[in-house]
Amino acid sequence: MRYLPKSPADREALLKAIGARSINDLFAPIPAEYRLERDLKIPRQMAESEIVDWFRERSRENGDGYCTFLGAGAYFHYRPVIIDSLISRGEFLTAYTPYQAEISQGTLQSIFEFQTMICELTGMEVANASMYDGSTAATEAVMMAVRLTGRKSVVVAKSLHPEYREVLRTYAMNQEMPLKTAAYLDSGRIDLQALEKEITTDTACVLIQSPNFFGTIEDVEAIAEIAHKHGAMLVVSIAEAVSLGIVEPPRQADVVAMEAQSFGVPLGFGGPYCGVIATREAYVRQMPGRLVGQTVDRNGKRGFVLTLATREQHIRREKATSNICTNQALVALMVNIFMTIYGKVGLKELAKQNLAKANYAAQQFGKHAKVLFSGAPRFNEFVVQTSEDPYAINSRILGHKIVGGLPLKKFYPELGNAALWCCTELTTRSAIDTAVGLVAVSERSVRAADADEEVDVEEVAR
Amino acid sequence: MKPKTPKATRHVNQNEGLIFEKSSPGKAAWKLPPLDVPEVDTDQLLGNSARKDLGNMPEVSEIEIIRHFTRLSTWNYAIDLGMYPLGSCTMKYNPRVNEVVARLDGIANGHPYQPEKISQGALRIIKTLSDCLVEITGMDAITLQPAAGAHGEMTGLLMVRAHHQAKGNPRKKVLIPDSAHGTNPATAAMVGYAVENLKSNEQGMVDVEALAAQMNEEVAVLMLTNPNTLGIFEHEIHKIADIMHSKGGLLYMDGANMNALVGKVRPGDFGVDLMHLNLHKTFSTPHGGGGPGSGPVAIKKMLEPYLPKPVVVTKADKTLGFEYDRPESVGRVRSFYGNFGMFVRALAYILANGPDGLRQTTEDAVLNANYIRKGLEGTYDLPYTTTSMHEVVFSDRLQAKKGVKTMDLAKRLIDYGFHPYTTAFPLIVPGAMMIEPTESESAEEMDLFIDAMKSIAQEVEEDPQMVLAAPHTTRVSRLDETAAARKPVLRWKPGKS
Repeated sequence: MRYLPKSPADREALLKAIGARSINDLFAPIPAEYRLERDLKIPRQMAESEIVDWFRERSRENGDGYCTFLGAGAYFHYRPVIIDSLISRGEFLTAYTPYQAEISQGTLQSIFEFQTMICELTGMEVANASMYDGSTAATEAVMMAVRLTGRKSVVVAKSLHPEYREVLRTYAMNQEMPLKTAAYLDSGRIDLQALEKEITTDTACVLIQSPNFFGTIEDVEAIAEIAHKHGAMLVVSIAEAVSLGIVEPPRQADVVAMEAQSFGVPLGFGGPYCGVIATREAYVRQMPGRLVGQTVDRNGKRGFVLTLATREQHIRREKATSNICTNQALVALMVNIFMTIYGKVGLKELAKQNLAKANYAAQQFGKHAKVLFSGAPRFNEFVVQTSEDPYAINSRILGHKIVGGLPLKKFYPELGNAALWCCTELTTRSAIDTAVGLVAVSERSVRAADADEEVDVEEVAR
Repeated sequence: MKPKTPKATRHVNQNEGLIFEKSSPGKAAWKLPPLDVPEVDTDQLLGNSARKDLGNMPEVSEIEIIRHFTRLSTWNYAIDLGMYPLGSCTMKYNPRVNEVVARLDGIANGHPYQPEKISQGALRIIKTLSDCLVEITGMDAITLQPAAGAHGEMTGLLMVRAHHQAKGNPRKKVLIPDSAHGTNPATAAMVGYAVENLKSNEQGMVDVEALAAQMNEEVAVLMLTNPNTLGIFEHEIHKIADIMHSKGGLLYMDGANMNALVGKVRPGDFGVDLMHLNLHKTFSTPHGGGGPGSGPVAIKKMLEPYLPKPVVVTKADKTLGFEYDRPESVGRVRSFYGNFGMFVRALAYILANGPDGLRQTTEDAVLNANYIRKGLEGTYDLPYTTTSMHEVVFSDRLQAKKGVKTMDLAKRLIDYGFHPYTTAFPLIVPGAMMIEPTESESAEEMDLFIDAMKSIAQEVEEDPQMVLAAPHTTRVSRLDETAAARKPVLRWKPGKS
């Protein structure tokens, strides 16, 4: 086996040194009746070239060469090449969690820079080293608010990513955390009056997303005012990190729970991504996850260490702020490098291109179909309602090697034939025009047929 | 014998400040293509929501970024540089073909919501890896959704709870041995269970009689690491399983130490009802300075209805798809389908090994740990002499007499060019030194490690002060952790350094 650095003679010599007759002597503690006396039924050992071929085949079966209008919590942005050059360095790739500070300063300093940039972008005072993803970050942020307020229940915006809501429900299930939902208005924004009605003296926090699942930018200030008036915290989830280049961050929030995938992390069929929690200094001791702090060594030299570990499971066990141990360090490094590359000016220009593309696309779609939620500003996503089922439209669009917007029926049946479309800096005008053209054809044909024939929804576009 | 070269030597490396200290207006490492749609007026579109300023975000050029991170990288130790004997962390070689296949276009750029018709490649990877892991563990089904080991533990306990709930009573307690990882009790608390400690016996194993006495209808599950954190196989595992099952309880196995078992024995065969795996330990996906991990949970048939959704299924037309309609599911534990990129890497590792390679890997891992044990026995105190599997736990008892503790010895090991072993864990061994070499170490590298450890023991006798002041060769030494925690500085601010 090519990864194993021992010759048969080495193995013999080691066994001899140990005083064992055969390798099976070393497995003697395993009761004989349980020992596996056959080969595992898994594929045979493959050569490197065969492995590459096998995965190339899988890659070809997986939408290779399609352009996409999908967003919804996973965004297709350009990844500058130096991200992979740098994270492929073995010293980053093959290092463990930086517990031994003297030989982990590279990882530690880069996390410190990451924490700093996340604070700058979110308007918060402290940020952790990462969480699993946006959904678990939002959930852990809510649990943090529960600990901080001593209250139990949570009001969740219906316009929060539906999968984030599902994850929160799973975590809340056994923690006696009642969840209430706050509806959205025709503008796409949260219904402030309905929200206020849902808040009680037991509400630990209000959890919203901005830009929300429909792409609409919430009025964070107004929501914060309502939450704070009733002694509840405001947790803001950000799923599209690029929005921070041009959208005012939720400075009035108490906790920001982010998904930073947009910052240089490949779509990768949904993971690994990079969750982050940022908050105010006063709340740091209830924050989950690893934190890097600056300190000095015994000669007074600046250095960095993992700090405030008394919050964590390896010290506090069942009294820890979370059970999280391994986080998303290497992905956070991708995010860090991306933020460094684009920086103060680039992030703004990048976000502006996203805004422009989505604005153009929404205008074009609006000429033929109904663009919902136009009463409030949005970033790079928008909802298009069509006469025909979006699955059917999408399967025709797919024929042009374009993946259409995400049909929303599964998550928001009340929106009917609606789909969530996303444009980034990588979406070309010609792809937009093609998709708009096919939607226009669909609208015309439905109108012409006067909708008297049931449209055959093809399974393929699911 | 070939003459030995010492493992480490000093060489020049570069100083490097914080990236913010290099920033100045007008430098840029980015370039966007011309916009092919009309420009927009941000203030008009966004109104009050338009952002005015990005604060202290840096402005630097590409070469500065390359140098910055390359310089930082040289301050890290890594598996690529040498043995990384962190016990329970399984720091094995991270094969590079894994990285190459994970970056193939269709795999790296697949959107999680793209139609199933054009997701067959990703689904096939999930299905193939699932089948391999089910076979390796001897279980019946698996979920790959959890993002790390601790997340897998939580997913597992949610399923345990659902199982008991379906029988009418979720039960109240989780039994956890005193040698367990901190994630176990932390997880139990998150799932709403009370934690009850289980004392280890003199051999460092579960005290089966004590377990029988503690087990009752209030206990939902026992969370057991096997081999345990002392590197000892719980050879009475079948009795342990019987005790749990006789009172309607379940046996959960923390698979952190699965590297000792793959291809030699299957947890499903010795009575385990559910377990998590750490793909970033046993299956070679890189630790990356602390993640990403992946913590699949393998289960027996009776827990299948409770698997997180969606579940990958083979449809009537033989294509693969996601099944969402699972009314008894515990729900979702993460968005989308888990850390898919890690599945790709773990599967590439399994394919590179095959059944024979995986078995040899396990044998080499156990062989290496025992070789190190043999080499250091006598020099360091071995608190539990029970046979070791893939790791061995010494203690600092002999050196502590001179005032030198496990962390001091670890710091001195850095000067010899090694990453330290795991210090002060498991908690049941005072001054623990937990060593897991993995299969990736050659006889030569292990000999250098043994020599280094022996030499340090000698230094403790001759010059304990020198050891206490270690490391002597690193950029920084003995950072002030107390000060860091007392007045936390968690971000850079302009004008301060």
